[in-house]
Amino acid sequence: MTAAVNRPAAPSLARLTLVELRKMTDTRAGRWLLAFVALIGVALVVVVLVAVPRAELTMPELFSAAISGVSLLLPVVGVLSVTGEWSQRTALTTFVLVPDRRRVIAAKLAAGAVLAAVCLAAAALVAWAGRAAAAALDRTDAGWGLPPQLLGTALLFAVLGMLGGVAFGMVFLNSPLAIVLLFLLPTVWTILGETVSALEKAAGWLDLNRTTEPLLQPGVQLTAEMWARLAVSEAVWLLVPLLIGCYRVLRAEVG
Amino acid sequence: MIEVTDLTKRYGDAVAVQGVSFRCEPGTVTGFLGPNGAGKSTTMRMICGLTPPTSGSATVLGVPYRRIPNPGRHVGVLLDASAQHSGRTGRETLELTARTLGVDAARAAQMLQRVGLPPAAARRRVGGYSLGMRQRLGIAQALLGDPRVLILDEPANGLDPEGIHWMRTMLRDFADRGGTVLLSSHLLREVEAVADRFVVIAGGRIVAQGGRELLTASAATFVRALNSAELETALAEAGLSARHCGDGAFTVAADAEAVGRAAAKAGVVLLELRPAGGGALEELYLSLTAAPQEEPR
Repeated sequence: MTAAVNRPAAPSLARLTLVELRKMTDTRAGRWLLAFVALIGVALVVVVLVAVPRAELTMPELFSAAISGVSLLLPVVGVLSVTGEWSQRTALTTFVLVPDRRRVIAAKLAAGAVLAAVCLAAAALVAWAGRAAAAALDRTDAGWGLPPQLLGTALLFAVLGMLGGVAFGMVFLNSPLAIVLLFLLPTVWTILGETVSALEKAAGWLDLNRTTEPLLQPGVQLTAEMWARLAVSEAVWLLVPLLIGCYRVLRAEVG
Repeated sequence: MIEVTDLTKRYGDAVAVQGVSFRCEPGTVTGFLGPNGAGKSTTMRMICGLTPPTSGSATVLGVPYRRIPNPGRHVGVLLDASAQHSGRTGRETLELTARTLGVDAARAAQMLQRVGLPPAAARRRVGGYSLGMRQRLGIAQALLGDPRVLILDEPANGLDPEGIHWMRTMLRDFADRGGTVLLSSHLLREVEAVADRFVVIAGGRIVAQGGRELLTASAATFVRALNSAELETALAEAGLSARHCGDGAFTVAADAEAVGRAAAKAGVVLLELRPAGGGALEELYLSLTAAPQEEPR
């Protein structure tokens, strides 16, 4: 009897990741969000095309504009991939089909990273389309190349943001709360860090808006201290929520 | 096969399920009956590994549910038909399940047809479905992995008479081909036509279990006293669950001897004491569902 239930094997992590990826993109809310991610990127590339002086209209500049949607909105897709399971109560089915909840969490994180990478690639294409448009409008003399280092750090930025969204979703298991706090908490930090002088030093290590900034700046060579600041701030805003979130999801009653 | 052994669940001081044990054999449909809030859903969630029991254990096909690597291929589960993403279509919902289970996506379309959700309905978003359509979708989802065991919580809720008839036929057929079915309901009428065995739960405890003989043999007692209020007090003191049935009489979920002794102890004068008509299960069930309104005064 026992041998009979051991086959077929559990769905592989790759299979579960594909399922989670599809769940992120097959609902109306998910599609609207991704449409806005694209729209914001395209809109800002157009702004750069029109408004930026000819000398500054470079590929890295276009790319920075194209990924604005990714940095602003994509983490919300990560939040909803978790909180949607609770608000729509699909966690019931998800955990009945995959009783080991750690595998579901791993699949959601992996799917988030994949989606972030795909969106980043799409943003690069939008940036190149912008470069082609700039050439057609005779607005630039710069080259077509994107520094691999910028692509790499931007990818890191997008993946960290997405994982942060998933983590916040797991901590709160409630869409509005997780989304509001995801945006509010780091921004409150930024404001506090700028206004309260005593916090200024701490903010340099804990304010995500500051510590991730170098990842998106063309031509910035990241120093060891910049990496350290990034690591410390992500430990607070990503790792801690992730651990709390795992604890909650593994123990939460569903349905 | 499902085997539940001494399953108990407490939430703080509140006891949701206490010492529940029963077995569901292949080839049978087990009706899991109880009033709302009796502990049916909690028991089923523990069987499916969603809620850890405080003590006791449950196995499906010989192993704890959580130890089955790909449980959807062996056990079809429908715990709550309304727990579906309202933004997905019926078809998309099933295709996601098919992917997770590793079965052919074409099977999703077949199942939708089989449960009576034609392509036009399958293309609509679940948010626009009636409860009956959601039940059909949930049953299609449960059947998708071609399981040998079905665990269904209140699947008849919201189904129209035609749907209930269809479901009975489907479940009977499933069991006749060697499958095991555990089916819960708060209505005896919904399960008595299809179940081979009955497990009745109330207040978190099993109060009766047995085969179809429960439908015919009556264990309940009809009793009438000179003073109805005194009798009611005497029955309550003896811990017997009684239900008013007009003219100062009661139907009691106990045999004549127990009722007679309870009356004698309190010195109550009886006018009538005899086996109640109708099935034992029906009498028992009526007394259970009526119990909350008859708190001892």
